[in-house]
Amino acid sequence: MKTKEILRTVNMVLAIGLIGYAVVFGLTKTLPYQNANLGQTSRNVFFHVPMWFAMMVMGYTSVVYSVLYLRKAKPHFDLLAREAAKLTVLFGVLGLVTGAVWSRVTWGEALPATDPAAWWPWDPKQTSALICVLIYLGYFLLRSSFEEETQRAKIAGVFNIFAAASIYPLFYVIPKVLGGLHPNTGDQGSALVDMSSEFYSVFWPSVIGFICMSIWLLDLSGRRARLEHQINQLQYDE
Amino acid sequence: MSLSREVSALLRKELLLEWKQKYALYGLLMYSLSMVFVISIGLQSSLPGQAWNVVFWIILVFVSVNAIAKSFLSESSGQFLYLYNLASARSIIVAKLLYNIMLMTAISVVTLLFFVFFSFSGTFGDLGQYITVVLLGSWTFAANMSLVSAIASKARQRTTLIAVLSFPLVIPQFLVCISASGKALLGEPWSASLSELIFCGSFIVIIGLVSVILFPFLWRE
Repeated sequence: MKTKEILRTVNMVLAIGLIGYAVVFGLTKTLPYQNANLGQTSRNVFFHVPMWFAMMVMGYTSVVYSVLYLRKAKPHFDLLAREAAKLTVLFGVLGLVTGAVWSRVTWGEALPATDPAAWWPWDPKQTSALICVLIYLGYFLLRSSFEEETQRAKIAGVFNIFAAASIYPLFYVIPKVLGGLHPNTGDQGSALVDMSSEFYSVFWPSVIGFICMSIWLLDLSGRRARLEHQINQLQYDE
Repeated sequence: MSLSREVSALLRKELLLEWKQKYALYGLLMYSLSMVFVISIGLQSSLPGQAWNVVFWIILVFVSVNAIAKSFLSESSGQFLYLYNLASARSIIVAKLLYNIMLMTAISVVTLLFFVFFSFSGTFGDLGQYITVVLLGSWTFAANMSLVSAIASKARQRTTLIAVLSFPLVIPQFLVCISASGKALLGEPWSASLSELIFCGSFIVIIGLVSVILFPFLWRE
């Protein structure tokens, strides 16, 4: 119990400290701009991209808990899989919104603001992220259509694993096959070619900060879900 | 009984059932025909190649959801119970996958014929390649939707659920198929859409394996 408390505190300090660092230095640091079109907006890379990292970490965590549930059949694993899926949707929506705003001032700069393509140019990565959010909304709909708890947990777990197995690999393949507006899609290779070293000293801390934040949120909502579950069972027993 | 014998027996059962209850198959063909008909009437004139191609894939997605939805939904719980005592979960899902692939082969070719007849103008650059992409694409739909249909069959509001759950899952294949078949329509060489074809092929294998692993968790629920 003691080590758990220490880990929680370390995680919390890292989340607050690193995101704070990213906000302060990400907005104030002098950066070399290699690309005139991006200009000052390239600072968004410190927030937009880490949100995707947090989303993917939560997505994989959800799948791991679903696998654990199918193997061990403990209700707690199913609750954590559900909470992680909720956080995947949360970070996914945040990523989509920051991406749409960024798209408006870069790719869609020449278009009028009323043109949907200025905000939403159907880039393959954007599409994949939307698909991911839609899948988890389907997952919640599926959950809501069962009354019985173990049946719900088991079938939702199977769907969670199946959806992840058929979609997650495609996030890496689809932008390469179809090409797109994001850097490093199509035939441009796999390195982050557009970022110079000055970016990384803020970028990676921010990525770690957002991942710690997602773990913190998962820990909190997981504990709340567990308590709710216990209260429900107590009421049921009475 | 060995897996292969069980699978072939179950497959025979599916085909026999389909043959005896022809109304289900006719219903599916009518669904495909009426969908093509409604869209063609709405369009009034025939479409240019690439737009026609996109509409064709939209029709195919809807037709396949309907075709595959019935693979588990039509089995009553009594029938299920009987099956559980006879065969293993693995052979049931393998037989369903093979049967759905066969069904989709037939349905996609018929839908293609209908839609070509009603609203295609122009020429196919490479007809053989186009049909290959259509078959591969419909097989990926079949592979993907089989397990989703099994999942949805356990829940309430099944028919809504199967569409909601499988549409996001098939969007990537849908995009890849549109891209590959668009190239075939223009008559580009096979090498131009090689990566898309490999993608579809490997996708069918991976999804088939995942379905076989996951189905045993579902079937007694």
